[in-house]
Amino acid sequence: MSRTYDMPALGAGMESGIVVEWHVEPGQAVKRGDVIGIVDTEKGAIDIEIWDDAEIAEILAPPGTEVPVGEPLLRLKVAGEDVDLDPREDEAPEVEPQEAPASQEAPAPEVAAADVVAPPQAPPSPAPRRRVSPLARRRAEALGVDPERVEGTGPGGAVTAADVEAAAGGDPSPPSPEPTPEPDPAPAPDPSPEPDRQAAMRRAIAAAMTRSKREIPHYYLSHTLSMESTLRRLEEVNRDRPPAERILVAALYIKAVAQGLEAFPELNGFWEDDAFRQADGIHPGLAISLRGGGLVAPALHDAPSRSLEELTSGIRDVVQRARAGRLRGSEVTDPTITVTSLGDRGVDTVFGVIHPPQVAIVGIGTVVERPWAEGGMVGSHRTVTLTLSADHRAGDGHRGSLFLARVAHLLHTGDEL
Amino acid sequence: MKTTYREAVREAIREAMHRDERVFLMGEDVGHYGGCYAVSKGLLDEFGPERIRDTPLAESGFTGAGIGAALGGMRPIVEIMTVNFSFLALDQIVNNAATLLHMSGGAFNVPVVIRMATGGGRQVAAQHSRSLEGWYAHIPGLRIVTPATVEDARGMLWTALEDPDPVLIFEHVMLYNMEGELAEDAGPVPLEGAAVRRAGTDVSLITYGGSLWKVLEAADELASHGISAEVLDLRSLRPLDDEAILATVARTHRAVVVDEGWRTGGISAEITARIMEGAFYELDAPVVRVCGVEVPMPYPAHLERAALPQVADIVAAARGLVEGQGEGADAGPARGSAGGSRGDAP
Repeated sequence: MSRTYDMPALGAGMESGIVVEWHVEPGQAVKRGDVIGIVDTEKGAIDIEIWDDAEIAEILAPPGTEVPVGEPLLRLKVAGEDVDLDPREDEAPEVEPQEAPASQEAPAPEVAAADVVAPPQAPPSPAPRRRVSPLARRRAEALGVDPERVEGTGPGGAVTAADVEAAAGGDPSPPSPEPTPEPDPAPAPDPSPEPDRQAAMRRAIAAAMTRSKREIPHYYLSHTLSMESTLRRLEEVNRDRPPAERILVAALYIKAVAQGLEAFPELNGFWEDDAFRQADGIHPGLAISLRGGGLVAPALHDAPSRSLEELTSGIRDVVQRARAGRLRGSEVTDPTITVTSLGDRGVDTVFGVIHPPQVAIVGIGTVVERPWAEGGMVGSHRTVTLTLSADHRAGDGHRGSLFLARVAHLLHTGDEL
Repeated sequence: MKTTYREAVREAIREAMHRDERVFLMGEDVGHYGGCYAVSKGLLDEFGPERIRDTPLAESGFTGAGIGAALGGMRPIVEIMTVNFSFLALDQIVNNAATLLHMSGGAFNVPVVIRMATGGGRQVAAQHSRSLEGWYAHIPGLRIVTPATVEDARGMLWTALEDPDPVLIFEHVMLYNMEGELAEDAGPVPLEGAAVRRAGTDVSLITYGGSLWKVLEAADELASHGISAEVLDLRSLRPLDDEAILATVARTHRAVVVDEGWRTGGISAEITARIMEGAFYELDAPVVRVCGVEVPMPYPAHLERAALPQVADIVAAARGLVEGQGEGADAGPARGSAGGSRGDAP
């Protein structure tokens, strides 16, 4: 049977994307997880993945075409039952802007790649679905408004476009009576509108962070630990390795956060419809600052089960691709928590701003040497300050502090090494 | 020039008879009686019994004869008194007229024009009040037009006769006495393309044929409530003007489809589906339909009125969409018109 593959929503600010190129052609068979093409968005050129085994029947949007989110890109022939191929999921996590907190500069930790494709989440949605008109959803996305929180005045209490505009404050752009019904003609197929993209990314970050600070009651915790023994062990492990194979300290951070979350699932997930929804997997998003401004926080999928070597190469890969503007769709839509690390040229402490609808962000300061008392002795240790910013709606500081202590313990012992 | 819909149709027939000697009119009581709705009054005297032909009460027979004459090079206008009697000619229309071009490998066009009266409102009860133009719109190979104005009534016939394929013209019974302004030089009009009869910004009222005037009245009333309604007259049910339908929805983001025909499987369902397919992301509210109640048409005037879409129903449906007053527009799958009970009878 035939179905379409539609332009995925790769962020809340995204209304449309421009097809840069296709890696597939009609008649070609593709497997779930294959990168089938590149779409240009304000986050850069993003590799888009297919969500099912299928055969490409027809390319509906040739390179250069600007396609609104949800409009068809390809026609697929799919054997078997009729599942929806559409990679977009209805609910929030998929469509949120993936910019991490805007407050810090991410270290360029380095990097590696894991092409693990997260399963397309098809969460059974427990809460009754809020009535939001299709037009209102589009407007909400454009305006950075969460339509689930807008009071509806339409038929049956549905949220209408006018409600969204009212909630956004003012009446920023001409609403319903648009004089021209025609779909936008595809604009000039400029595959890399850099200034536009940066402005768009800025707006997307602004929308996400404003929403975060407006809606999320953050609580903050901080803890400093000695990394001395762990870093020594890391240096030993790395000593005989060529630079490309050396384990990154960022991999230790990611691994410790991911393992810590296994015992604290209430920090790994999403706040949606006035309730916490635990994520299916643990996919920390690593905040990466981009040259020229802006940042993205692509997911490192299934981090708890990956070795430090795998995480290192995953980080290297994702940083490189983030800066080249070549992330994959699942990487920008899947993070379940964010980790932001200042690297080695920053300051002591970073308090992150939660990236909605996630409920927590772990901040990792720059490693600094300081006098440290341990076992009755004062010595010079390399230390790092961890912070946790978490959503007080989803949980309380007591559990948060146990989580942060657990992460600190994992880092301090460095058992993974 | 003031004229009635009836006179406009008659003038269209006269003009066609004068312009093309291959044109002739046949049907029940079209000659001596002057037509059941007096459309052809006087034409027998003017053109004689060869060209204004009274037929026996045998729809299958004379419709078939019309198709045969068209195949033989004539340009017949077949009048079936009302759509209710066209059932007797369904085989001729659906199985022959609509398919012969295909079945003959493109060798034989069937340039027949079939006129029928349609619709309710004259208290002639269940067997004489149907609106089944939507049925015919289901059939590939036919063109279905529904002139609602005197201009269209005057202008569509010649264009239909010029068309090489079968065209069915549905004239709503309540329109024959309607007066309208017609330009002195009014002539043929295209068969395709919907017309915006009133521009608006808040809600699109999509309709055709006899319902157009109720809808325009409803639009006036909506304006007094501060609601700017756009009125789209489809004019043709096959082909439907998708572009115009999607364009009006893109302008107003809300749509009410008004159809005297029944809701289930009707042309209103088709229009609604096309809006979903083509303009889903433009919609700010579910599409609502105001249709005929799904019962055999009652005889008593007050029950007949209740069974047909009325101005108040259209106003209520549109206000429900725009003002969110809820009820009617609370689109459950089986609901959706001004009266939730409309159209749900078994």
